[in-house]
Amino acid sequence: MSQWICPNCEYVYDEEQGNPREGWPAGTPFAKIDADWTCPDCGVREQVDFLPIEEFEHNDQDGNIIAAETRAKGDNS
Amino acid sequence: MTIQATVDGQVIQWRDKKRYLWIMGAIIPLIPLMMWGLYAWTGATIVWFFGPFFVFVLIPLFDLLAGLDPNNPPDELIEALEEDRYYRWVTYAFIPVQIAGLIWGAFLLGGGTLPGIDDPLTVVQKIGLALGLGMVAGIGINTAHELGHKKEEHERWFARVALAQTFYGHFFIEHNRGHHVRVATPEDPASGRLGETVWEFMPRTIVGSLTSAWGLEKKRFERQKKTHWSIKNDLFNAWMFSVVLWGGLTIAFGWEILPYLVIQAAAGIWLLESVNYLEHYGMKRAKLESGRYERVNPSHSWNSNNIGTNVLLYHLQRHSDHHANPTRRYQALRDFKEAPVLPTGYAGMIVLTWIPQVWRKVMDQRVLGHYDGDIGRANLHPRTAEAYVRRYGVGTSKDEEVAA
Repeated sequence: MSQWICPNCEYVYDEEQGNPREGWPAGTPFAKIDADWTCPDCGVREQVDFLPIEEFEHNDQDGNIIAAETRAKGDNS
Repeated sequence: MTIQATVDGQVIQWRDKKRYLWIMGAIIPLIPLMMWGLYAWTGATIVWFFGPFFVFVLIPLFDLLAGLDPNNPPDELIEALEEDRYYRWVTYAFIPVQIAGLIWGAFLLGGGTLPGIDDPLTVVQKIGLALGLGMVAGIGINTAHELGHKKEEHERWFARVALAQTFYGHFFIEHNRGHHVRVATPEDPASGRLGETVWEFMPRTIVGSLTSAWGLEKKRFERQKKTHWSIKNDLFNAWMFSVVLWGGLTIAFGWEILPYLVIQAAAGIWLLESVNYLEHYGMKRAKLESGRYERVNPSHSWNSNNIGTNVLLYHLQRHSDHHANPTRRYQALRDFKEAPVLPTGYAGMIVLTWIPQVWRKVMDQRVLGHYDGDIGRANLHPRTAEAYVRRYGVGTSKDEEVAA
């Protein structure tokens, strides 16, 4: 069971607990969640933008705005 | 009061010069009280129109005279500033004053008299009073906006209370999960398009935001495999507050107040949606190869740093930072130097929207300049798109590069 974090507001999706309010029962793997599901707290990051919590260093706000697309290219300066 | 943090052994200190000014935000719901005082003093019917006069004349004048507020908190202190609970109590304080003012107003609309108000109000006086209550209601939506973005569940309930007066409970659903997702795209009902008048925008945003909010909650319940006809549906439980408030006022003061309740709600909604209209007027995010829109960045919102409106609207005008960090608390929002700026505060800009010719004269060149002369990159309104393209041409930009 792993945890995934919203890189904007740091909401954490915990697979063990899921998010029943959003329609993801406890135990729902993160990979099973819709790709266009938006963060329930800030609304401005989608499932594809979330990071495994162990990879998270600091949030991507403050003008250093990184989309999943640019992250894939390794261009996150 | 000075806040400080220690970063890498270095002590950083900063004093918030606006700390006590934020209490001014709670001056707005006192508008009804000011009208009472003015009427008791002068006995003139015109003073019942003090609400719109305050918002559309006094605040814009104050903005022009008081000037800009370039102060930003240092990045290192933002967390400490957000944790300071004083600031959230200032926003909570707005709500009881708002509700008390509405009850007072409903009492007068129902024909009541008070010291200094010897006779029941005339129809004209009641309309003025309703518009004044509407100004409070509209700015109440702004308070709800601040609270509805927060992670704390109780603040989201406070947002519903602040929205009860305008029957606009669906706002905090649509705004957070609809508008913020699609902002500055043609699909967003609450982003004004270049060449669209405020009069066209109103029905589009009011209907579009409602249907979008409905769809969002329906989808959430479909994922849960439950019916969305439930009190757990945030639309229904938010509207319940309005049913209770409006129902209670009608029982207490008579059905005659209902038309005036509708007037005040319409005025409040108009005020809020006017701000929606201008906040992203003409802005458009580019589409990426993946089919998603580029991430919202500071170039997608119109900002203003006029201190008057900034204090009254809890830094709403530092709108680029708000869209970059939707859950960030108002006191910690910063002015982005590179973000597009309106010629004056939001209150004064609303006045300009009333006459589309004046609005276009002020804004067209600014949108064009923002897109380096390439009108094709703006969010064009279908009705006027052709005329804009003919007039300004497309693809003439020196800088075609899309910032991802």
